[in-house]
Parts: sequence; C-alpha cells; structure tokens
Amino acid sequence: MKNHGRWYLFFFLTPILLWLFLMILLPHMDLLIMSFRAEDDFGEMVWSFANYLNFFEEPIYWATFARTALYSILVTVLTFIIALPVSFYITHVVAPKFSGFLMLLLLLPFWVSELVRVYGWMILLRESGVINHFLVQMGILDKPVEMLYNDATMILGLVYTSMLFMVVPLISVLESLDKSLIEAAYDLGANMWTILVRIIIPHSMPGIVSGSIVVFMLTLGNYLTPNLMGGKNSLWFTEQIYNQFIASFNWNQGSAFGFLLLILSSLIIWAGLKLTGQKLSKVVK
Amino acid sequence: MIRSLPNSKTYSICFKLYVTLFFVFLFAPLAVTSILAFNDSMFPALPWNGFCLDWFFADTPSRLGIFHDQMNLDSILVSAQTAFFVSLFATSVGTLGAFLFEQEEFRFKQLLYFFMLLPLVIPGVILGISILLFSNTLGTFFEESFNLDVGLFRPGFWLVVLGQFSFITTFVTLVVSARLKKFDRTLEEAALNLGANRLEVIWHITLKFLRPAILGAGAVAFLMSFENFNTTLFLVGSQPTLPINLYLQVRDGSTPVINAISFLMIFGTSILAFVNLYFSKKTE
Repeated sequence: MKNHGRWYLFFFLTPILLWLFLMILLPHMDLLIMSFRAEDDFGEMVWSFANYLNFFEEPIYWATFARTALYSILVTVLTFIIALPVSFYITHVVAPKFSGFLMLLLLLPFWVSELVRVYGWMILLRESGVINHFLVQMGILDKPVEMLYNDATMILGLVYTSMLFMVVPLISVLESLDKSLIEAAYDLGANMWTILVRIIIPHSMPGIVSGSIVVFMLTLGNYLTPNLMGGKNSLWFTEQIYNQFIASFNWNQGSAFGFLLLILSSLIIWAGLKLTGQKLSKVVK
Repeated sequence: MIRSLPNSKTYSICFKLYVTLFFVFLFAPLAVTSILAFNDSMFPALPWNGFCLDWFFADTPSRLGIFHDQMNLDSILVSAQTAFFVSLFATSVGTLGAFLFEQEEFRFKQLLYFFMLLPLVIPGVILGISILLFSNTLGTFFEESFNLDVGLFRPGFWLVVLGQFSFITTFVTLVVSARLKKFDRTLEEAALNLGANRLEVIWHITLKFLRPAILGAGAVAFLMSFENFNTTLFLVGSQPTLPINLYLQVRDGSTPVINAISFLMIFGTSILAFVNLYFSKKTE
C-alpha cells in the first residue's frame, strides 16, 4: 500500500513539476539572466548592468514606467469608486428576484474578447464615430471632434476592461454583509456617509483588496487598450517592452524592462497584501 | 438605504439612474459594434443606410463578407485549434494538479502551491517574453550541441499553445480544487474497503463527481485561450490567431467585416457563457 501511495504521488507530481519548472520558473530565470547581459565594445556578450543603467539614464523610459504605474493606480481607484455602488445595489437594494439577472447581465460583456470591447469604444468615440454623429445631428457640435487617442479615453477603456474584476469580489463580500448592522446604524441615527465608512467599507476590505490587486495587475500589464485607445504621447510600459523585443530586436534591454515591470507589480501586490494582512492564496479565491 | 429601510424618493431614483447608466456604459460598445455589422455602408460608422447582410455573405472584391474572407476564416480556425489543444492540456494537467494539492502530502507542498499561483500575478506580456526567451535559448542549445533544429522552439502554433497553457492551467487547477474540496472522502474509503484500487476509485467515483467542474473549467479555458492577446503577441509565428489578426486590422482601419466577426464572437461567447453557467449551477 505504501509503495502504491508513492506511485500515485509521482503520477500527480511529475506533470505539475514539468509545467511549473519548464514554463514558469526557468523562463523567468532566463529573463533575469538575459537582462544582465549586454554587448561590450567588441561586440561580445558580457555580464553588465548596462540595460538597467539605460533605463535610469533615458528619461523616456523611466517616465513611461512611472506614468504607467501612476495611471494603473488611478484606474484601480476609479474602478473601485464606480463598482462599489453597483455591487451594493445588486446585493442589498434591488429586489432579490432581479439580483441574479443583473449579475448575469454584468458578467456577459466580459466573456467577450477585450479586442471587441476596445473596438466598440473606438467606433463610439472616434472622429467619424457614433457619438460624434449624434452630437453633430443634435446641433451640439458644429463639426466632429476627435475624442479618441488621449489619456482620458485610454483611462476610460482601462476602467471598462477591468470593471468585472472589481465587481465580482465586491459582490461576493457584500453578500455576506448582515443587513441588520445597517438597520441598527440607521436606527441609531447614522447618516449614509457614516454607514459607508464605518460598516460597508470595513466589511468589504477583503474583496476590495483582492479586486484592487487583480485590477492593478491587469492594467499594468495591459497592451491592447493603451495601444489602440491611447495617443502618441500616452505610451504604456508594455509598449516599450514590445518595441524593444519586436521593433529594435534588443532582447536584453527588453528583458530588463520586463523584469522591472515584474518587480513593480510584485512589490505593489506584496504591499497591498501586507497593509491589509492577507495571504495571496486567500485573495485569489 | 437598503431594501428593509424607508428610502427617500430622490435617493431611490438617483441610485436607479446610476445603475442604469452603468449598464448602458457596459453594453454600449457591444451593442453599437453588433448593430453596425448590419449597416449598408463601407465604413463601421453612422449614418444608417439600411439593413444588409453583405458583411456576412457578400463575395465581391469591394465587399468581402466574413464567410468568404479566407484570411479571417483561417485565423478563426487557428484560434479554435489552439483553444482546443490548450483546453485539453490545461484540463488534464489542472485536474492532476487538483488531486496533487488536495489529496497528496509531500515536502515543499506549500512552496509548490505558491509557484502554482504565480501565473496569476505575472503580467501576460512578461509571461510571453520569458517563454519566447527560454524557447530561443533551448533552440540555440539544441542546435549547437546536437545540430538539431527543433521547430517547437520557434515562434509558431505550438509555442502559442504552450504559452497559453502555462497560465490557463492555474485557473483549471483552482476551479477543480474548489470542487474536490467538497468531495466526501468516506465514499473513497468505502470503495477501497469493497476491494477497488485507487485508480478505479478515481475513475469511477472521484472523476464522476468532478465532471461538471472539469467541463466548466474546460469551457473557460477554451474561451481564455481563444481570446488571449498579451501572451500570444510574442509567441505567434506565421499563423496569426484571431485576436492578433483582428488587432492588426483594427489598428490599420478596416471594413465592417470586423463588426461581423465581433457580432459572431459576442453571440458565440454568450452561448458558451450560458453553457458554463448551466454547468456551474449543476455543480451547486
């Protein structure tokens, strides 16, 4: 029996080890090694910090990096502010028979490819787009204006793309919020703001943290939305990585950028978990 | 404030208005994309020139409907093939992973579990470039050491499959694990007492119990693979998947044939979403 147990363990363990080592751990080690290799004056590959030095010396690189990080935080905050009332409405305000239906309606758009959703926004917002068409027809505008290709629409697109990942965890924590707490607070004379800050937000903290982490991470690593909806001046850091890899074919520089992005996202996730005392394995559920 | 408390009229109306606006915001892009697929126009834009199905069925040089557009049809086929293999591999390995983490005990289990979760926090772009780098390193190594040219290590169909597999498997493992946690292990013990061996127990009892979760996870894996862009972008070879192909057309501007494809995708994914919902209802 003992030997049989061993055999099953190996049967389950081998594919998992192969998967995690060959496709996750070794590739990332390779990424780290590549990022510390550069050509010296004679065209030989040597160990060096040149790729990282380049990053700090070229303002365009670190400026893009900082912009991407700050905008990702902004997107996370905006997504939260928009998502909280909706989640609260679905779990506690609307009649229970509708909440299942609203929930389904909420999930549906996110089953559709991100590309299709971004394309939809492009059709709506661009100069020859649907919104411009209506505004001109109603006489609000004299001639169409370009609403696409600036930071505001890029943020709109990113918020739209990440909405689901905030709403779902919020709904699942708000479902467990005991409504008698709110009733009690109301009877004791608390106003809406007090109820929000003292009851709803503290109770939803686990959902807020897991939602924020996922939204932040997905926004930081997004390529499609900033690329298609952002303007020439709103370069995203993933676009820098793409440029290094595909356009300049400088894989070492690209690896360094990739590793910096990985460090940034891990750091922020780690800080978020530490601040609220949660564990990664809890959050992903 | 909530259902059971008296609400002022303004509060109720404002809240309703807000939620309605939210849903308009959610559905506007999809609705507009779908509607414009049927507009009789050369551009995906208003004014409305009347209903037509040209962008689905037409076969003229100026208007090529999706069902005659060989380039887009090819990429749909590539995406479907990719998604088929990814969901097959990811559900197999993910199910094994669920058994490993739920039913086995071994040293470094926590550490391995942590590694298993990593793909969730690695941005897709980074996963793409690291797999590209590593496969290139391996390819160079095999070529220099054994003079072997291994096609698998070059960007192309199988590298895309592997790249997507590497993170989708984590989702499958988590979904199947969640179901396996609810499994009553006394059933296994009973079967073992009655003389079944462990393989028989797993095959006849545990897998039967897990089936809805595995099918649901397989459907999600298929969809995630079909729509993946970030990781695929770096691994794609001469056969573009549908998202990559659409991206190039959207970026460079194109006819409403993209709307027709989008409409079909919205329609298809809605069906898949309902199928998945049906299975997850059954699981509960």
